Amino acid sequence: MSYIKIDKLWKRYGDTVVLEDLNKTVERGEFITIVGASGCGKTTFLKMLLGTESPTEGAIVLDGVPLVAEPSEERGIVFQRYSVFPHMTALENVMLSLEFEQSPLLARLFGGARKKARQTAKDMLEAVGLDHALNKYPHELSGGMQQRLAIAQSLIKQPRILLLDEPFGALDPGIRKDMHELVLKLWRELNLTVFMITHDIQEGFYLGTRLWVFDKERIDPHAPEAYGAKITYDLPVEQADDALLQRIDESLNQTEQKKETLHHGQ
Amino acid sequence: MKRLINQQPNRVARWLLGLLPFLLLLALYVGASNARLAENPNDKLLPSFDSFGSAIERLAFEPSRRTGEYLFWQDTLSSLQRLGIGVAISASFALAFGVLTGAIPYVRANLSPLMTAVSLVPPMAILPILFIVFGLGELAKVMLIIIGIAPFLCRDLQQRVTEIPDEQLIKAQTLGASSWQIIQRVILPQILPRLIASVRLSLGSAWLFLIAAEAIASTDGLGYRIFLVRRYLSMDVILPYVAWITILAFIIDLLLRLLSRRCFPWFHAQTGNN
Repeated sequence: MSYIKIDKLWKRYGDTVVLEDLNKTVERGEFITIVGASGCGKTTFLKMLLGTESPTEGAIVLDGVPLVAEPSEERGIVFQRYSVFPHMTALENVMLSLEFEQSPLLARLFGGARKKARQTAKDMLEAVGLDHALNKYPHELSGGMQQRLAIAQSLIKQPRILLLDEPFGALDPGIRKDMHELVLKLWRELNLTVFMITHDIQEGFYLGTRLWVFDKERIDPHAPEAYGAKITYDLPVEQADDALLQRIDESLNQTEQKKETLHHGQ
Repeated sequence: MKRLINQQPNRVARWLLGLLPFLLLLALYVGASNARLAENPNDKLLPSFDSFGSAIERLAFEPSRRTGEYLFWQDTLSSLQRLGIGVAISASFALAFGVLTGAIPYVRANLSPLMTAVSLVPPMAILPILFIVFGLGELAKVMLIIIGIAPFLCRDLQQRVTEIPDEQLIKAQTLGASSWQIIQRVILPQILPRLIASVRLSLGSAWLFLIAAEAIASTDGLGYRIFLVRRYLSMDVILPYVAWITILAFIIDLLLRLLSRRCFPWFHAQTGNN
């Protein structure tokens, strides 16, 4: 049985079809990057994986059990922004999930248990290269360091799926490169299963094992919302070459343009 | 020459410019007062600074002949006590209300419309009801402050809680937090500095309701004294009292600001306000 099974998944909002009939299987340890034109349901799909949206039809099944429609410990998330808690230091941010787990009532640890949690958190921060900033608040950290912190905070829970929603979209290109290396390193070392949304198709080709392209195959000019997006490409990353990249990029641009024209025509 | 909107006064200029209107007002007062007193030495409308001095000395540094109390300090203490109790109760109530309605949709649906309705009732209009229900004692005066500012604080804090980014609440859930744990570790600590900010904004109204209550039914307090001596046209007492209330309000605001900056540096760095 496969690790994650996406089974006849549909998402509609009223008459608007966002995603139509997705069917995929994903094995443990895969790193899937998702690209697509804006408004093609990438984020909706991620939200269904996360549990903040539920499918209209079909299901996402993890290890034989359908995902519950509420965020849970099985799934870690790093957003583009606001992923860390501004009122806690880096160390407190990472310790937090241990405190949630071990202290249901007070959500705080004391004495020996606290010491142990501190050490675990410290090790995690060291793994993402933040050992020099343990006692800094997020506002004292750069954008890249904040994302490192958000990753450390999620990974300490050892989630079964790690979801990344354009995590490096707001970062400078140089920093982004460092972050790519970090994510690849952690993915290999911890044997994570990762879904990452990106708007940078190059990033999609460089990171991960598998690339999914979300696109609308059909657009009816009289009813632009009648057809949803599908996964139009599902490629092992090694197979990708520059020509293919070019072709996907063009196809996505066309979808964007069609939508633009329809929008203006209205 | 730079445009006017780009010209910044330096430190010294800023101080002098800020001080200038105060000095002008002062000079204006002294001039007008001297002119009136030259015409009629018994004029009571614009007393000289000497009469302010003797009035303060009489009230603050000599025991009252009737009760043996130092009236100025007794008034200050009574007023601050009422203000403090009223504001503290309002703030605690608003904190609980704001966190619960902001965090839990069922509680919000249940209580938020009621609070909106209550906040539209003009507090002064129900002052007679307060006196009827709670008598003329301390309770009615404190209740007026609470009824005056608590609805604003409650609604403001509820709004602030709902402004916490969804991303944070989702993140906390993926870290395994229960609703109770999220309230404790994510919402409450982030809402405390916002509570202080709201309290600072509501202090002006709190003073208003305090003085109104004291004017109507009281036997001491800053507001009581001002309204009492009005009968004798004692501007020499009224004006120093007004100045003193202003200074007290300024000090309380300053203390709250310093407290907030000291306890929640991340908040001030984040929002860029001081």
